[in-house]
Amino acid sequence: MEFAFCDQEIAAHRLTKDEYREILRRLGRSPNRAELGMFGVMWSEHCCYKNSRPLLGQFPTQGPRILVGPGENAGVVDLGEGLRLAFKIESHNHPSAVEPFQGAATGVGGILRDIFTMGARPIALLNSLRFGDLEDGRTRTLAAGVVAGIAHYGNCVGVPTVGGEVYFDPHYQGNPLVNVMALGLMETKEIVKSGAQGIGNPVLYVGSTTGRDGMGGASFASAELSEQSAADRPAVQVGDPFLGKALIEACLEAFQTGMVVAAQDMGAAGITCSTSEMAARGGVGIEFDLDRVPARETGMTPQEYLLSESQERMLLVVQAGKEAQIKEIFHRWGLQAVVAGRVIPDPVVRILFQGQVAAQVPTVALVEDTPVYHRQLLEQPPAYAQSAWAWCAADLPPCSAAGLGPERPWSQVLQQLLGGPNLATKQWIYRQYDHQVQNNTVLLPGGADAAVVRLRTLGQPGPHRGVAATLDGNGRLVYLDPYRGAQAAVAEAARNLSCVGAEPLAVTDNLNFGSPETPVGYWQLATACRGIATACAALGTPVTGGNVSLYNETLGPDGQPQAIYPTPVIGMVGLVEDLERLCGQGWVRKGDLVYLLGTGAPISLGGSEYLASVHHTLAGRPPAVDFARELKVQTACRGGIRQGWVASAHDCAEGGLGVALAEACISGCLGATLTISGAGRWDEVLFGEGGGRILTSVSPSHQGAWEAYLTEHLAGEWRCLGGVGGDTLTIHSQDGSTLIQVSLEDLTQAWQQGLTRYLA
Amino acid sequence: MKFGVVVFPGSNCDRDVAYVVQDLLGQQLHWIWHTEQDLGGVDVVVIPGGFSYGDYLRCGALARLSPVMEAVCAFARGGGMVLGICNGFQVLTEAGLLPGALIRNQKLHFTCDRVHLRVERQDLPWVQDYRVGEVITLPIAHGEGCYYADPTTLRQLEDQGQVLLRYCSASGALNENPNGSLNGIAGLCNAAGNVLGMMPHPERAADPLTGGTAGRRLFAGLLAASP
Repeated sequence: MEFAFCDQEIAAHRLTKDEYREILRRLGRSPNRAELGMFGVMWSEHCCYKNSRPLLGQFPTQGPRILVGPGENAGVVDLGEGLRLAFKIESHNHPSAVEPFQGAATGVGGILRDIFTMGARPIALLNSLRFGDLEDGRTRTLAAGVVAGIAHYGNCVGVPTVGGEVYFDPHYQGNPLVNVMALGLMETKEIVKSGAQGIGNPVLYVGSTTGRDGMGGASFASAELSEQSAADRPAVQVGDPFLGKALIEACLEAFQTGMVVAAQDMGAAGITCSTSEMAARGGVGIEFDLDRVPARETGMTPQEYLLSESQERMLLVVQAGKEAQIKEIFHRWGLQAVVAGRVIPDPVVRILFQGQVAAQVPTVALVEDTPVYHRQLLEQPPAYAQSAWAWCAADLPPCSAAGLGPERPWSQVLQQLLGGPNLATKQWIYRQYDHQVQNNTVLLPGGADAAVVRLRTLGQPGPHRGVAATLDGNGRLVYLDPYRGAQAAVAEAARNLSCVGAEPLAVTDNLNFGSPETPVGYWQLATACRGIATACAALGTPVTGGNVSLYNETLGPDGQPQAIYPTPVIGMVGLVEDLERLCGQGWVRKGDLVYLLGTGAPISLGGSEYLASVHHTLAGRPPAVDFARELKVQTACRGGIRQGWVASAHDCAEGGLGVALAEACISGCLGATLTISGAGRWDEVLFGEGGGRILTSVSPSHQGAWEAYLTEHLAGEWRCLGGVGGDTLTIHSQDGSTLIQVSLEDLTQAWQQGLTRYLA
Repeated sequence: MKFGVVVFPGSNCDRDVAYVVQDLLGQQLHWIWHTEQDLGGVDVVVIPGGFSYGDYLRCGALARLSPVMEAVCAFARGGGMVLGICNGFQVLTEAGLLPGALIRNQKLHFTCDRVHLRVERQDLPWVQDYRVGEVITLPIAHGEGCYYADPTTLRQLEDQGQVLLRYCSASGALNENPNGSLNGIAGLCNAAGNVLGMMPHPERAADPLTGGTAGRRLFAGLLAASP
């Protein structure tokens, strides 16, 4: 068949020729320009997961607390006592790469819409960020812009940004990662779904106006970044948090009336996506008149209306006859609200423009049976991984109890680690975020392994329950071993929740990967997904949804794509039944005893922060995750917190035991004297990494009860390392030699300057 | 006591104030929508934190022109108690109920933190639950909280003892200042003492679970003063 569009036009919509042939088959005719644009965005990875869908199917999604799983705007879990929590993560990597401030800001706006669309009031935000090397000026500009953008939207909209993580590595140069997770507490009796219902019901367009901003953002997000990407800046939307705030209030008020049948935010692919998904999920059609849409520009073509990603817009299906009441609510908040369409029986999306049908596509053709690519998985791990696995610690220069040779005592190495941007305090960042608005932030950023937010409804007296949330992902480990690295991310997320005393419940994940079209890229994606699936099953934390961001690659000047570290980010939420029984990470009292839980857990320098930042080596293999030990250690930690024995708890993560001890000192403004033992090299004992280990401190008055409890539940897997007190961190080996002795002041200073050396 | 809380579309600490006065202190709460001119017979008006109308132009510049502010100004001129917190402080200066202006923080960043404040007076309802010279800790969260006034105004404020709260160190020394405010001014009242504007958030420090109780004492002082 003769193509109505030339190859370049088809490619410009990021469609392959095969996909174009499939469009012709489904329509039985050539699409017009508007329709081609609709297929281009709806068949992008961002919207239809054509590369990742076969892999996502293996995630466990069911559980007694899961009320809404994948497929809706956000997942919803049951927290008991009538509390229902909506939560979801989303990425805005590509927009942030070309326009960091607005890219990050609209990432926040987008994920918030996913939450309140369900009828939930947003109560917390977290973010997971990755940037290149801070020595590079462009990285500093990107990092400062992204943080300012997140602050701009989150602060103004009045949702506290309570936690997150950030890492710097040259592998993210030019392709930063900006993942934002939002939590919301359901306010409506019924969870608002997105399936359109009721033939003849009016379809309301509400919120902001439509302009040419954000044109084709979804397909832009599904391609590699190149030198030309800056020219795609129109694909980045511009956020208006003030309108976002009004939209939250107006939507929640509208949902409370019970007159709203269905709602969907206009995020990726704007009107195209919202009309077709609402129609498809409801098994009906939608007729939508572009002439009714309030526009902020003149002369827009149907295609521009359809693909605009102007922010702060929603589509509502409202009970017939109630449109005036709903419109009145939005108008009171100073927002647009117009009846722009209706639900029709034919399962098509029919777009009207200037009295003509500008596009008519069966919803099934657009939304269902979208292209899926089953790719061949490498039978053997790729060469880079195999050679990395061949590395062993013996390849490093020799070391002793004194250090890495006479010039580099371990105290100095510890300070170097703490002073690196990856382990240094992130205060420069979280101080720019309003983390206390809404008056429910129980654990402040920086003081604990996870954020804890009180669940409270105005007018309802306490005591209240709380929710804990964390984001975790270590791209370096996933690069070295996607299966173990992804498992480690899930295990660490659960461990972080357990360290504050929360019971891990459910996961939202953001898969940030390179191109799945290369054998290595697909191997990383597929293997990591298998790791997430098995880990979530083992820990009993189902996946309720998430986001996939592929093609995170920059085209170098030589035209060769350079992929980021494969970086799945795990967002996990947990339940806190008693907000009086929580733990931070810092020592609390002089004289308390320090215990390490999980002493038998395997550790390795492979992929460690120590190996990367002290030896500038990317090699090794992270240890396999032992879920039986992981569960036992975490359960014991939570049990000790619930009993009131454990005063502080901190996960041993990047930087190993040495850094975890130092962080507990810095955070608690108290020193400690400890004795550690271990087989193998001292750097491995001090800075080796692996899951399953938690550092706790306990008052001597609870020593008997706590140790009896540990002996019963964690036999052979715990040890008392020493005690809290003094103004130094002193670590002895079992034979009495001093491994580390450094003043609290020096530790704190190194840790405080790690980021502010670069960012002012 | 009946507290009126003004709600602009961009207010975002309105519910936090409501939580304190209604849920924690058991007082009457009355929402006042920004288009209203009837304050509903309240004893105290609170203008909460947030971003009134987006504040893209200048914080509080549009809010000053709102119908509700006309009523609030009349209420204040009649001696009514008016408390502006954060954005509310900005609105009060724009509306001319308090002198000076709040400009961009010296280091340009939005800053969310807990800061030490020295209480400068205790002979007004707002501060009667504190002692003069006492150092308290309250949360701040603002991008434009650097207090500025011309030298004459500043001298006048000091002469009349209108500064109620000043940024300070843990020991009360005036050498710590999170935003560059002149004279370390964090909280300021009018000459009559019935209008108070402050950048720190007392409502975020009214509950031991989430931020201490230093701010609750400001509300407690008000209650003790009511007949």
